[in-house]
Amino acid sequence: MVWKKHDYDNLPGTVVFDGECTHTSYNLNKMAFSFNSPENRAEFADDMDAYCRKFELTDDQRVAVLDGDFPALLRLGGNIYYLAKIAVFHGMTMQDAGAAFQNITTEQFKQKLADNAAGFQQHLEKRGGYWNG
Amino acid sequence: MGKVIGGLTTSHIPAVGNAMANKLEQDPYWKRFFDGYKPVISWLEKEKPDVVIVVYNDHGLNFFLDTVPTFAIGCADSYANDDEGWGIPTPASFKGDAQLSWHLSESLIEQGFDMTMCQEMKVDHGCVVPMNLMFRHLPEWPCKIIPLAVNTVQHPMPSAKRCYDLGKALRVAIESYPEDTKVAIFGTGGMSHQLQGERAGIIDVEFDLECMHNIVNDPDKMTALTNTNIMERGGTEGIEVIMWMVMRGAIAPNVNLLHKHYHAPISNTGAGVLLMTDATD
Repeated sequence: MVWKKHDYDNLPGTVVFDGECTHTSYNLNKMAFSFNSPENRAEFADDMDAYCRKFELTDDQRVAVLDGDFPALLRLGGNIYYLAKIAVFHGMTMQDAGAAFQNITTEQFKQKLADNAAGFQQHLEKRGGYWNG
Repeated sequence: MGKVIGGLTTSHIPAVGNAMANKLEQDPYWKRFFDGYKPVISWLEKEKPDVVIVVYNDHGLNFFLDTVPTFAIGCADSYANDDEGWGIPTPASFKGDAQLSWHLSESLIEQGFDMTMCQEMKVDHGCVVPMNLMFRHLPEWPCKIIPLAVNTVQHPMPSAKRCYDLGKALRVAIESYPEDTKVAIFGTGGMSHQLQGERAGIIDVEFDLECMHNIVNDPDKMTALTNTNIMERGGTEGIEVIMWMVMRGAIAPNVNLLHKHYHAPISNTGAGVLLMTDATD
């Protein structure tokens, strides 16, 4: 048995959520999906450790959930949209998580976004033609 | 007969939903973004579609990873939003058009697109945010919707080419519907962004503008991209742009571009708006 290699495996700083990833993290993502229900959120908030055990998370996954360690959760196969449902319990937004993945502050992450988009209006002018706004 | 009256593209990110809920449209961060929707809102008010087909991806509300349909279509009389894990208020439910949905399903499957048909389908922010962007100023939703969910969560995902071809088949399906029905298509999501990993925070303005240009003028250049090509430049979540190709396929090869707008950053993304109809000349 072998996981097939892909042309996206070597994209830097990137996890591509594919069969290998989803297979290894099914219980973690399943637990996160359960948080769509307010009753389940209350049960989790009441005893996070017990709730993780109920979903049979691995020890690494459970510790990462309890610590709100998003780089670890990502490495352990968490899907970003499901991790968003866990982030809520740690008072984190997707931008806080985005910062945590690269060990910078949220303000630095927001600045990175702004820098990446800086000068976009000049790009629009350069392309010419009709643009609204 | 059914008729495709036009198609548009829009962001669907939750932060936009929060901004609308908190009435931040005039806030300096948001103003230019929301101003970019005014011509689209006017067009929809004038053209009054009977049905909007919202092409979006589910982010873990209706579908879990136990069952991931590549293409799923709602076949119900109504669709509701629900709690996505943070308990924010949900809007009024949407009316569906089950007869049209089943006609589309039949036609699409005959044409080789093996849709997953959903008689119950919760619609998440991917569908709700675009509907709010277009219609929140009205007392109730002015048209029916048909949600069309594309898997952009778990690889393997359909290619841009496959999405484009689905759009072409969707047009054939709509035009063979026996009742006079005006249909608009919303392609939602995008543009460049990556939420995860050390590379989180990608926004590639030049890639976004290339995509917008090619979607309008040269869709074959978009369909030549592999999903890895798209992720390499536009980020892993930037793959959502493939859903714009479903909309594009449903419009004629030559289009009248009625509106084009771009803004960045909006939350973690580049945000593009296109509005197009079949070329009349």
